[in-house]
Amino acid sequence: MNTDTKTIGPTQARETTQAAQAAQIPSMPGASRALLQEYSIVLIFLGVCVLFAVWTGGLFLRPDNIMNVLRQISINAVIATGMTFVIITTGNIDLSVGSVVALVAVSSARILKALALHMPIWPAIAASCALALVVGGAVGAWNGFFVTRFKVPPFISTLSMWAAARGVAFILCDGRPIWNLPIQFDTIGRGYVLEGVFGPWIPIPVIIMAVFMIVAHVILTRTRTGRYAYATGGNMEAARLSGINVRKARMIAYIASGVSAALASLVLTSRLASGQPNSGEMYELYAIAACVVGGTSLSGGKGTILGTFIGALLIGTLNNGLNLAGVESYTQNVILGLVILGAVILDQFRKRD
Amino acid sequence: MPHRIAYTALAPRLLPVALGEEYPLPENILEMRRITKRYPGVTALDEVDFYLRSGEIHALVGENGAGKSTLIKILAGAESKDAGEVKLDGRVVEIMQPRQAKDLGISVIYQDFGLVPHLSISENIMLGREPIRPGPGGFIDWPALHGVAAQVMTELGLNLSPRTPVSRLSVAQKQMVEIAKAVSTRARIIVMDEPSATLTLHELDRLFDLIRALVRQGVSVVYISHRLEEVFTIADRVTVLRDGKVAAVKPICQTSREDLIRSMVGREMAGDYPKRVDSLGETILAVENISRAGVLHGISFTLRKGEILGITGLVGAGRTELARAIFGADRVDSGWVMLEGRKLSLSSPKNAIAQGISLATEDRKEQGLVLGMTVRENTTLANLQAVSRGAFVDRARESGAALDFVRKLAIKTPGIEQKVRNLSGGNQQKVVLAKWLFANSKVVIFDEPTRGIDVGAKQEIYQLMRRLASDGIGIIMISSELPEVMGMSDRILVLHEGRIAAEIPAGQVDGETIMRYATGGGQAS
Ligand SMILES: Nc1ncnc2c1ncn2[C@@H]1O[C@H](COP(=O)(O)OP(=O)(O)OP(=O)(O)O)[C@@H](O)[C@H]1O
Ligand SMILES: [Mg+2]
Repeated sequence: MNTDTKTIGPTQARETTQAAQAAQIPSMPGASRALLQEYSIVLIFLGVCVLFAVWTGGLFLRPDNIMNVLRQISINAVIATGMTFVIITTGNIDLSVGSVVALVAVSSARILKALALHMPIWPAIAASCALALVVGGAVGAWNGFFVTRFKVPPFISTLSMWAAARGVAFILCDGRPIWNLPIQFDTIGRGYVLEGVFGPWIPIPVIIMAVFMIVAHVILTRTRTGRYAYATGGNMEAARLSGINVRKARMIAYIASGVSAALASLVLTSRLASGQPNSGEMYELYAIAACVVGGTSLSGGKGTILGTFIGALLIGTLNNGLNLAGVESYTQNVILGLVILGAVILDQFRKRD
Repeated sequence: MPHRIAYTALAPRLLPVALGEEYPLPENILEMRRITKRYPGVTALDEVDFYLRSGEIHALVGENGAGKSTLIKILAGAESKDAGEVKLDGRVVEIMQPRQAKDLGISVIYQDFGLVPHLSISENIMLGREPIRPGPGGFIDWPALHGVAAQVMTELGLNLSPRTPVSRLSVAQKQMVEIAKAVSTRARIIVMDEPSATLTLHELDRLFDLIRALVRQGVSVVYISHRLEEVFTIADRVTVLRDGKVAAVKPICQTSREDLIRSMVGREMAGDYPKRVDSLGETILAVENISRAGVLHGISFTLRKGEILGITGLVGAGRTELARAIFGADRVDSGWVMLEGRKLSLSSPKNAIAQGISLATEDRKEQGLVLGMTVRENTTLANLQAVSRGAFVDRARESGAALDFVRKLAIKTPGIEQKVRNLSGGNQQKVVLAKWLFANSKVVIFDEPTRGIDVGAKQEIYQLMRRLASDGIGIIMISSELPEVMGMSDRILVLHEGRIAAEIPAGQVDGETIMRYATGGGQAS
């Protein structure tokens, strides 16, 4: 910032006046206030942690419980990552992700069982995972196609997929969960790495979440694709007139959302050791909640993966902590609702400046 | 505080200045005292005093970012002040909400429009004041609503159906609707923040007539403009702001153009248009027979390397539409464009940019900028490849490029990481220009490039356009400002109702002739 304030007009007059202005920047108080506002959600999160630590007599802060929380949020965080792309790029939500989870759960289970008959087990797992991601991406592409080519309102396009994808999921398995998946497939949702090596172990879903979110973060903040996402969501017409392919940008967002849902579905299917056609119900709303709590703006053009992670973490922490503290689930829902509201109000205050 | 000396020497009541006989000792209807407003990194207003007498037209001038709009927003209750007081009719008032300002009889026409695009003109004009049918239920009295709106529109000479949605209007028409909205509230104080920026001469005349009529009815007007000719035509007094402070307050008859400019920029300025020194190169752009139903009819012209081609005409003549057609932003029904002898695909702006054509649009808020992005991000948006390594944006190079333009165009901002939303109107316009200069094109179309830009920066932009041209770039400059068109262009095209009404070499024409062509009177002479 400090070097920036020295950027000055060509004439002496401008130079002196702006230097004078730069000197007037209220340095520390202003900066720390901004920091506070920017990370107020982090502070709230830390506050909640302290509260639970005390409430549960330290149980909450035990390393195994922390890993537990991270593993519990991994599915929601992965879906919310794709949702963040969609909200930033289009200012709209993708309602279909929960149903995509079910569709991918059933189809990947079927594919895996079929492939396992003809191939060695690990290649079969790899191939069915890849196909699962393709299915998710294809559903996203379908959503995006109708939004960008036929100008179907995104809400409608993804709402129709919300209904249709779940329908297809039930058709694919005749309404019955697909059991008896190869035992090796469990690794994705239930495995650990570094077990015993460094003391605490890390669940594989947590690794998947971390890698996926870091990649998404890098794409959004460092690449042209990311910049185009923000520009398209911020002002689509200005972006188009700047030579940005706004159709492509929106397609990418929907595809990212579909792929995220598929990835989350693989973790879930593996955890449940079965392809469940009724899995993923309401997941879209939890994902949206994570984004919103994390400061993603539903008018588009604004949001971060880090924020979404914190959002998912806060929601997961509340769940976990309240469970440990013995609060029953109806009350938990009420608290979640209030947290969502509070986070958005906080965001409004942040916007004032 | 040296900046206040100029003011105190002219304390309003002590000077029975020549305002016309009706108001020998006019009252101050509005007194704003020692108003201060700070934003992070910027002091927008620093103890500004502003006094408005009843029945006067008071011009407010100053460079981009001097604080004019901020002062007005505080008056209108759209921004809160950090310090100072506002007195209306001698009584202190606290205006916290736009609604309060309205109730106090203050009406503001903002620089950036506050219209609701999907509502009709009359709904916009009457927004928040819809007439209600007598009887229970509180139903809107539509005939009355359209009636009142239509009446104001007639007063303004606005020839449109009151039921037209605002989204279908051109920028200038939107501006007229804004004015109609303010006038219809029958306010006592009307503030106009750069109302003329989008208007053509003809519309401007009508606006001036209207302002004079309002003043005769006892309304006081604050008039903000970067066009000093207007200030001298219409204003009784002028307040000059510089860097958030009052630099001068003077009756208009006791100042001159040079004097005002000196107060505004704090130095002398040469006001000449930079002339072409090199000779023209070969033809770079040829537009052949472009038509689009109802808008453009068989337009053909050529542009040479190093040439600045001015395009002018009335609002609605098809200037912007022509630019958008060449740029691929709108479809054309027939015709084609050749760039350096190769036929262009007019399918999308992306193609146009890739092939070497840029269009700096006139509407910065809706089409020019992503307001939520920073100065840096907006500057590089149209040519991100240039600062990328593969798929990755190289932040250091990007910042370097943005800084370079902030310096070159004297964009007033605390830094390149400032969101453009927080820049003053004129500085936003400069960011739009920076974006297109960075795009490195062979042909650049500037649509109203100096709209809302202060005198000093205008000069810089003229120099810059000239420099681009002498580097062999072809420039099309669309402008409603005749002096600018005549001063800058090597050749002038005048459009009238979607056709080329005249093609005139520079230096062989006066404003009247251009206006005659623009209004369709060309053939008669
Ligand atoms: N919301 C904001 N946040 C931060 N800075 C702001 C904000 N609004 C205005 N500013 C800054 O305050 C200063 C005064 O801005 P203002 O809009 O009043 O200028 P202006 O005189 O109207 O200029 P112009 O002629 O370009 O319209 C500028 O430096 C601007 O960048
Ligand atoms: Mg302004």
